Amino acid sequence: MTPLPACFTDWFSARGWHLHPHQREMLARADAPATLLIAPTGGGKTLAGFLPTLVDLAEGPHAGLHTLYISPLKALAADIKRNLTAPVDEMGLAIRVEDRTGDTSAHAKRRQRADPPHILLTTPESLALMISYEDAPRIFAGLKRVVIDEIHALAESKRGDQLMLALSRLEALCPDLRRVGLSATVEDPPALARYLAHGENACDILLADPGPAPDIAMLEVSEPPPWSGGGAAYAIPAVLDQIKRHKTTLIFHNTRAQAEIFFHNLWLANEDDLPIAVHHGSLDRVQRARVEAAMTRGELRAIVCTGSLDLGIDWGDVDLVIQVGAPKNVKRLVQRIGRANHRYNAPSKALLVPANRFEVVECLAALEAVRAHDLDGEARGPGPRDVLCQHILIRACAGAFEAGVLYQEVAGVGAYAGLTRAEFDACLEFCATGGYALRAYDQWQRLVQRADGAWHLRDPRSARLIRMNIGTIQDSDTLKVRMKRARGGKPLGEVEEGFAATLSPGDTFLIGGQIVRFESLREMVVEVSRDAGRKPKIATFTGTKFATSTQLSERILALLAQPEWPDLPEVIRDWLHLQRRVSEMPKAGHLLVESFAHDGREKTCIYGFSGRNAQQTLGLLITNRMEELGLAPLGFVATDYATLIWGLEAVTDAAPLFDAASLRVGFESWLAGNAVMKRTFRASATIAGLIQRNIPSARKNGRQATMSSDILYDTLAKYDPGHLLLDITRQEAMRGLVDFGRIEEMLARVDGRITHRRLARVSPLAAPLFLEAGRTPVKGAAEERLLAEETARLMQAAGLTG
Amino acid sequence: MDGYPFTLAGAELTALASGALYWDARNLLCVSDLHLGKAERRARLGEPPLPPYETRDTLSRLENDLRQTGASTVICLGDSFDDSAAAAALPEAEKLWIAKLQAGRRWVWIEGNHDPGPVDLGGAHLAELPVPPLVFRHIARPGQSGEISGHYHPKVRLALRGRSLSRPAFLVDSNRVILPAYGTYTGGLYSHDEVLSTLMRQEALAILTGAMVHATPMPRQGTLRP
Repeated sequence: MTPLPACFTDWFSARGWHLHPHQREMLARADAPATLLIAPTGGGKTLAGFLPTLVDLAEGPHAGLHTLYISPLKALAADIKRNLTAPVDEMGLAIRVEDRTGDTSAHAKRRQRADPPHILLTTPESLALMISYEDAPRIFAGLKRVVIDEIHALAESKRGDQLMLALSRLEALCPDLRRVGLSATVEDPPALARYLAHGENACDILLADPGPAPDIAMLEVSEPPPWSGGGAAYAIPAVLDQIKRHKTTLIFHNTRAQAEIFFHNLWLANEDDLPIAVHHGSLDRVQRARVEAAMTRGELRAIVCTGSLDLGIDWGDVDLVIQVGAPKNVKRLVQRIGRANHRYNAPSKALLVPANRFEVVECLAALEAVRAHDLDGEARGPGPRDVLCQHILIRACAGAFEAGVLYQEVAGVGAYAGLTRAEFDACLEFCATGGYALRAYDQWQRLVQRADGAWHLRDPRSARLIRMNIGTIQDSDTLKVRMKRARGGKPLGEVEEGFAATLSPGDTFLIGGQIVRFESLREMVVEVSRDAGRKPKIATFTGTKFATSTQLSERILALLAQPEWPDLPEVIRDWLHLQRRVSEMPKAGHLLVESFAHDGREKTCIYGFSGRNAQQTLGLLITNRMEELGLAPLGFVATDYATLIWGLEAVTDAAPLFDAASLRVGFESWLAGNAVMKRTFRASATIAGLIQRNIPSARKNGRQATMSSDILYDTLAKYDPGHLLLDITRQEAMRGLVDFGRIEEMLARVDGRITHRRLARVSPLAAPLFLEAGRTPVKGAAEERLLAEETARLMQAAGLTG
Repeated sequence: MDGYPFTLAGAELTALASGALYWDARNLLCVSDLHLGKAERRARLGEPPLPPYETRDTLSRLENDLRQTGASTVICLGDSFDDSAAAAALPEAEKLWIAKLQAGRRWVWIEGNHDPGPVDLGGAHLAELPVPPLVFRHIARPGQSGEISGHYHPKVRLALRGRSLSRPAFLVDSNRVILPAYGTYTGGLYSHDEVLSTLMRQEALAILTGAMVHATPMPRQGTLRP
């Protein structure tokens, strides 16, 4: 085993520190080709990852880049730089540590390319950009180690796929590269190890002591939660009480809107003026940084936040995590709980706050799962081909390449191990010609083959465009929000374009915890002024909605199947017993469908337990079937466990609605024209390089916005239905927003066992759905009708007649 | 045929749902900003190869409008081609298709900023065309009246009970009409833009195109919705 050099032992003992066993173990495995370290937060993961590098560099001089550190967050790279520079300086080591992210100056970047530091801290996107340079072999010459931080988070997204493809390129340049992955607790460590491994090389898994089990419970509130909604306003006094009793509390929410509303209510109730802040991804970067800095200085008693704080800097003072709203996903809950008490070997403390009555059941199911160490996770499936297309273009920027060689490199990446040569060639063809059935403008191919068979960019100008569009993060269309001032007021954050479009001057909404009034829109900036009111007119923008995971849904069904529920509050027990009496309880392996008349409409409730996105898609597909069957559906609403449809005609036999073959046909044909499919297409077409997010400003005339990706989608669907990008879109639609995979899974699980109950009135389980927001009117003729009504109203209001 | 009838300088015109303008008294059909050959030009500049189907899609919609109206005069209001080279590079089949559409009709190509020079296709090539009481040109000129132009690709966004919808639109006031872009591969400029809000009179209407036409007061600068 590599002994720790004296300067290290001195430095450690001067501080009274000891190496943790897993840190020692990482040093011992310094020569393993790949190692995955799974350790709780606060376990000194980062030091464990860097120790072999520091020791190696302390022992002898090294020319050029030695270690590359990759993190999903720019802020983390900057933070690690500070944390590494201190011991390096104090031990007097001649090690240069620098970071390189989107925020690094062009000058510093040029210098780093000419003279790389020993340790470079960067992000997947910056790395992808670096491998696109023609001098990449020189920049990375001598590279020995790669450390990937928060690999569990990267592995769940296309950013991680892009990173692994970039590493396969580095592996070709530096064959002795050692890989280290640092991860929080995950459900399937071997799967993550396969993801990190390169080619046939094995990846060792090192499990650090997970520490004591978390202390987790449901927050006790005297008042019962409401029937629906996500605000959890009923729990504000109890939450405030907990904040007072702890040093620092993180209050997690599932959506930005919920975080804003909760923060607003918390602030109104905060009579003691406790320092409380709000932090989420729609807030301006400067605002967020200010909150983080105050947190680091220990000035805040609580932060109301979203997934924006799932990762990042360790704050030792957090001694309580509160999750508001059902956690939807057990693994994420466990990782959030881990944000509390970063002192190793002290239990993390967490409280769950269900926002409505059904979430009480879901929270209990999640609690049981955490206690049973039963984490969930969806297998990610084969490596996405849109990311591969971008990788091929990036490779082409760096110079001519052989298709066969690149295929071998790519097939060495875990996620792409199953990629066939034909699939690879289709992606290459797409990059070169567009891959259209109609061969056109062949002389203008993007990639062309030289006489020796190697591929290269036809026009060197393309490289600039490709580099400007590297990355897989999809920024939804957002508009900046600013205070209205003569010379550009303070930036507050961003709202979705769709939300902004619904605003009229004078409308008020919440952002960054304050109520603002919409004044005007200038050059795509939403200008607002402060509003003295206490109640915003419009809640706020929507943000991401998570769907309840498959495993958690199964646990909920199992919980509902119990004869009694001693662990649930009485109001919830009464509600569930009533459901049993009036109708029946949804069961695993069966599909319960209830129909009843209410308010002059025929209602049908489908308990699919497939998660919000799939239940929403199910609503679209079933209403389409109902339209075909003459049942005149008018609209529907979906939650994580059910879809409620209303229409004019009674559903007397539910079975024909769930015919798997016709639903699949609906998915292939009718749903293909739907907006969610188009959004899925836009994401893939952007990643694959057909659509560009960024174009050189010289060519942007600013006046004629780029054409909508919907036009490309419609054109392909009409003239080239077999095109690669449509194939990728269909594959992507099995997950994510469309989530058709979970509908398939539900139909297979149910296998025709559909229980249809005609009831005399609304059932207890269906009742909360009547209060849900986010109703979807059935489209088609409806859209033209709505438009006709609205334009007629506007004409009349303006004193004009059509 | 769905359309919105209105009067400009005494001429009775119809804005068609397809984005074309029809003048019944002259049996004249006017379309603007076809941008034929856009995919070819983009590829030539080293940009990603777009699906090469936009010219046939645009021509088939134009053919449909010609069949429905039986127009004897066609005015293409400029930017008919994405650039002059794109016009020259049109595949033979598409050139023949244009020739077939031109047969038995008067056909005028107005110059646009994308296609300033004459193209090697049938029809007349003009900088602008007066057909009293109207004048057809590519870019609107402030202070003119009875003017039919294109260039800006106007579109309009409306909020409908919580969701927003955007459509290409005609902008109409007592002085002028600005046509939406007719070409398949065309983006648009919202009527909120300063240029359009300055150009169009306060009482201007927007006529939304799509499956049907819908007229509404033109949404202006400073608001996301009227």
